[in-house]
Amino acid sequence: MIDQLRQTCKKLLEEGAVQVVIGYGQDKPSMMPHPVFITKPEDTDRLVWNDLCFANLAAYVTRKEIKALGKPAVIVKGCDERALVVLEQESQFTRDGIYVIGMACDSLPASGMGNPRAAKCASCAVRTPRYADVTIGEAAVGSSAVGSSSCSTADTEFADLDEFMKKTPAERLAYWKVELSRCVKCYACREVCPMCYCNRCLVDKNRPTAIDTSATIKGNLAWHIARAFHQAGRCVGCDECTRACPAGINLRLLNQSLAKAAERAFAYKAGMDKETPPVIGSYSLEDKESFIE
Amino acid sequence: MSDTTGFEPKIVAYVCNWCTYLGADLAGTNRLEYPPNVRIVRLPCTGRIDFNLIIKGFEMGADAVIVSGCHPGDCHYTAGNYHARRRWTLFRELLETLGFEMDRIHFAWISAAEGKKFQQFITEITEKTRALGPYTAYREICEASR
Repeated sequence: MIDQLRQTCKKLLEEGAVQVVIGYGQDKPSMMPHPVFITKPEDTDRLVWNDLCFANLAAYVTRKEIKALGKPAVIVKGCDERALVVLEQESQFTRDGIYVIGMACDSLPASGMGNPRAAKCASCAVRTPRYADVTIGEAAVGSSAVGSSSCSTADTEFADLDEFMKKTPAERLAYWKVELSRCVKCYACREVCPMCYCNRCLVDKNRPTAIDTSATIKGNLAWHIARAFHQAGRCVGCDECTRACPAGINLRLLNQSLAKAAERAFAYKAGMDKETPPVIGSYSLEDKESFIE
Repeated sequence: MSDTTGFEPKIVAYVCNWCTYLGADLAGTNRLEYPPNVRIVRLPCTGRIDFNLIIKGFEMGADAVIVSGCHPGDCHYTAGNYHARRRWTLFRELLETLGFEMDRIHFAWISAAEGKKFQQFITEITEKTRALGPYTAYREICEASR
């Protein structure tokens, strides 16, 4: 797969079809792969592809610095690709303005390494990219079908959340008080998120200050509510925020609660089908309102 | 902090300019008395009511928050309340996951003609909140962050 990937990218750059390839590089086998931005055909040998390629490279497509390089080719997994679908829905790029190289996930990644990717991979419905210009590799036998855009998900998808929701509200708040007290407001969760592309984040505005900027429990709670809810109906569950968090806060739970709500209440799953109107930004007269008096 | 015997709940109501605010106005002109515990914040539309305002309300010491606007179909801006309804459906789930006390966050449709409903709603929420007592869990969070 790596050879095929490198060949494809090399050809694209040589022909001038794209000016930059956003892919994965790795300095040593023992180290985590990191994003690389390849602009010369001879540099495509630096590209790698393996089980540790966690990063969601869709996040770089909207960056000013990358846009300045010219038309990008972006390497995505089936799950990352959902982020591209949402970004296109939100007019962050035109589909012919980028070249998408899809990588089929040919094996389940090693689990039990304490890596947060395993959590999302267990219930993955998009092992084979559906949106890519070219797809490299084949999904493992038994994985879900190509082109599946249905809303049905495995029962396991929200297992962690369902387990967590068995606690009482007071226990839940106590849990978050401990977890969020570790937050140092580094905003890595925001920087790494493909959906957080605002040029100026709400939390960076100080006239007036919308959210308490100090890294206290009050400010942290307000920030994490704002972060999670700004992704409501948009988060594709790539779990990059959780992976990037230096304090090990399980932000996945918050994202999942919103994803689950969107799925249960509005039969909507972000990034599965670009023809479906986004859940926030559209409405139906039939929306349920049992909680409104 | 006062003990519960002398406790008077502090309630913030975010209301839309066109329906609920006029409903409150009607309650006033009809001399319908409702508890003074509610602080009304007038906004253009329920669609404008940012979720951060709810959090801000609690941070400022509210014991309950009310969000109210036009009935479905009556929005001055055609669809602001429909958008708001979707948003709150999702937002409530997030707050639930975070362990908020959900009986302190209330949503209602109150039209400009429903002065009576406004009075009853505010009275009911005030009594409920009085029974619940102060929102100590959130106050502790704010106190710890001083």
